[in-house]
This record gives sequence, structure tokens and C-alpha cells, in this order.
Amino acid sequence: MISTTADNKKTKIWAVFLWLFAWEAAARLIGQEILLVSPVTVLRRFFELAWEGEFWRSVMFSFSRIIGGFFLALFLGILLAAAASSCSIIRDLAAPPIAVIKATPVASFIILVLIWVPSRNLSVIISFLMVLPVIYTNILQGIRNTDRQLLEMAGIFRVSRWKRIRYLYVSEVMPFFQTACSVALGLCWKAGVAAEVIGIPDGSIGEKLYEAKIYLETSDLFAWTLTIILLSVCFEKVFLFAVNKVILWVRRN
Amino acid sequence: MDIIINDLSKKYGEKIVLSHYSAVIKEGMTTAVMAPSGGGKTTLLRILAGLEKADAGTVLGIEDKKISMVFQEDRLCSNLSALSNIRLVCGRDISRKQIGEELEKVGLKGSESQPACKLSGGMRRRTALVRALIVPYDLLILDEPFKGLDEENKKTVMDYTKEKSHGKTVIFVTHDEKEAEYLGGNRIILPPNKQQEIESI
Repeated sequence: MISTTADNKKTKIWAVFLWLFAWEAAARLIGQEILLVSPVTVLRRFFELAWEGEFWRSVMFSFSRIIGGFFLALFLGILLAAAASSCSIIRDLAAPPIAVIKATPVASFIILVLIWVPSRNLSVIISFLMVLPVIYTNILQGIRNTDRQLLEMAGIFRVSRWKRIRYLYVSEVMPFFQTACSVALGLCWKAGVAAEVIGIPDGSIGEKLYEAKIYLETSDLFAWTLTIILLSVCFEKVFLFAVNKVILWVRRN
Repeated sequence: MDIIINDLSKKYGEKIVLSHYSAVIKEGMTTAVMAPSGGGKTTLLRILAGLEKADAGTVLGIEDKKISMVFQEDRLCSNLSALSNIRLVCGRDISRKQIGEELEKVGLKGSESQPACKLSGGMRRRTALVRALIVPYDLLILDEPFKGLDEENKKTVMDYTKEKSHGKTVIFVTHDEKEAEYLGGNRIILPPNKQQEIESI
């Protein structure tokens, strides 16, 4: 039997429900909310938290810093990749620090950065450090993949730099950019929140996770984790949608 | 000003492509470059276009010239339409209407909005030719411009090329004796021993 897209979707939804059911069953079987809370309790706690102003202040605190670090890395990563693609000295100079950032464990960075800056801004820097190499490497690869023959043609016909970017580079770099953003957004949330749990800045999601651990509030831990997942997934969807719209607009105008 | 090619040499690795090659390309005339495959025709055009550097020798009279070119490959952006591919290289002074009219002259009416990847090889070739002929230029370089065209379209496109490049300096590569004869002008033959002869038709 040939499986269709609708069948696949149905199977995926059933798989999710099956695991939720297994989770619920396991929670009831254990019967101790400190060890494992049920999905229903997590959802209830999530909505209780979402009703409080403190919840949204924490969300805004962490969101602004983690996404701020992401955008900073996005901007500098694109600039650095563009410079490195046209100047081998810059490429050679950038290679060692990028390799070091990639290889260094995030925990080492968190502790080191905590020595240098107040914990309030820790997640900006950690998010930035996690995203920069991903964006830089992918964008550089995309630029280097651009059709040399088309670039030669553009040179002969004296095509402006702006038109070259719009019509030649963008279509080549876009798939690399989308993959990079998708990977980087997941990374920056994981690393950013980990940094907040270690640095415990006041009013952050990381602080709430830390408190949940201290007071053995497992339902809070799960509810905040659900919040982070929702923030990460929703922002990724919105961001990639906006990027696609901008690209279409740039090509059309 | 004539283009003077003086003692040009080029090799790729151990393979000599051009050896002490000299010739004069007359201003305002069409010059056909003929040679067997691998005889250095494309390399010569690429050096003239400034896309390659010669290992030795000089090319004079080309410094300030605006070049337009049809490459051996069509070099069209596959996701852009024929019209957009031409707009990409044009200034604001050439309107969409003008481009449409030029495409119509080579039999591409109705296909101008199709993405280049959906066009046939011949249609892509004609688009590349219109692109090269619509922009202002001092020197037109054509590398096998009529390759892949059927006889009927070839005649239309050759007439179009002749009309649009009249009085301009044109250098084109071809294997076809008839094409060289039809477009007229001078002929440069690059024989396998890389010694050139220039012969007026």
C-alpha cells in the first residue's frame, strides 16, 4: 500500500498521542509528582504560570537576551562571511577563533564569561558564541557555492553589486542560511537557558528552572521547559517565514 | 582603434593552448576565429574579455572598450525569466517593452516570462544573444553563438546579429565555415601548430 502525506501526518499525530499516553500512564504508576508529573499537570501548571505577570517578565527577559545574541551573531556572521569570501587573509584570520568557539564546551564559556560580565547579560554572549560559527560557516559555504560562471557574466556586463547580491548570491546562499538559522535557533535557546541556570540572573527563565530544582517543583520545571520549547519553535517558524517573505520581496523589486 | 594581439602565450599545466600568437582585430569589423577543438579559441576570447591572464604577450587597444559577450555556455540565471535575465544586465534606459520587442525578433514572443530552466537549449541561446546585443558595447565577443540552433532559427538569429552589430567590432568563434562566410569580415585561423594566418574574405 502506498502511504500518502495525509497518512504520514496521521501516523505522526498518533505517535505523539501514544507517547503522551505512555507518559501519563508512567506518572500514574509512579504516583509521585516529585519524580514524574503527568502531562495534564504540566499543562495545568503552564496555564497557571501564563496567568501571572511574573511569567511574562521572565519570558521577555530571557527572550530579549537570547534572541538579541542570535541577531547580533546573525549580523556579524553574515558580515564576516561576506568579508572572508572576498579576502583570504580575513578567512585565514577568522578560521582559528571560529574553530576554537566550535570546539569549546559551552559550560567553559559560561564560567569564563561569568568572570568577565554580570550574569544579567550572560545569555546574550553565550547565545552569540553558539550562533556565530554556525552562521559564518554556512553563509561562507553558500557564497563560495555561487556559480562562478554567472559571476563572470555579471562582471562582463558590469552588473551592479546590489543586483549581484539580489539575483546571484541570494538564491545560492538562501538554503544554507535557512539551515543555519534553524540549527542556530535551537542551539541558542539550549545554550542561553543553560547559561541562565548557571549564572542565575534575576527574573530569567533560567532562574525559574533553578528555583524549581531547589524547591523540588517538578511541575514548574516541566512547565518552564514547555515554555522554552514553545518559544524556540514559534520563533523559528515566524523568523523563517519572515525571511522567506523578505527574499521574495527582494527578488520581485 | 584596432585590437593588437602581440606574441600571446598561455598554457594550463603542461598543456600549451596558445603559443606566441599575434593578430590584429580590425575596429568596426567582424572577425571569425576558427580552429579545431582545443585549439585555444575560447582561451583567446577569455583573454580578450579580461577573464584570463596570458602567461606572456600583450593585448593593446582593449583597455577602455566596453565588452559584451555570449559565452560558450548560456550563463542565464535558471530561476529568472528570459526577460529578467536580460533586465539583470540592462540599465534603466532599456525598458521591459524594448526587451520584449528584441526577444520577439528572435522568435521568443510568448516565452519571455518563462523561467530560463524551462526554456529549450535553442531558446536559452537566443536569450543569451539578445542579452549581449541589447547592452551598449564597443567590442562584442561571441563564443559559438549559434550553437544548438536549428537551421531556421539560426538564419533568423544570424540576420539579427548582423543587423544589431553592424559597424561594431565583433569577434566570434565558430566551427562552421558557412557561419563565418555569412557574417563576413576577417577570419583568423588558429591551426594546431598555433601559427595564425589572417585571411580577408
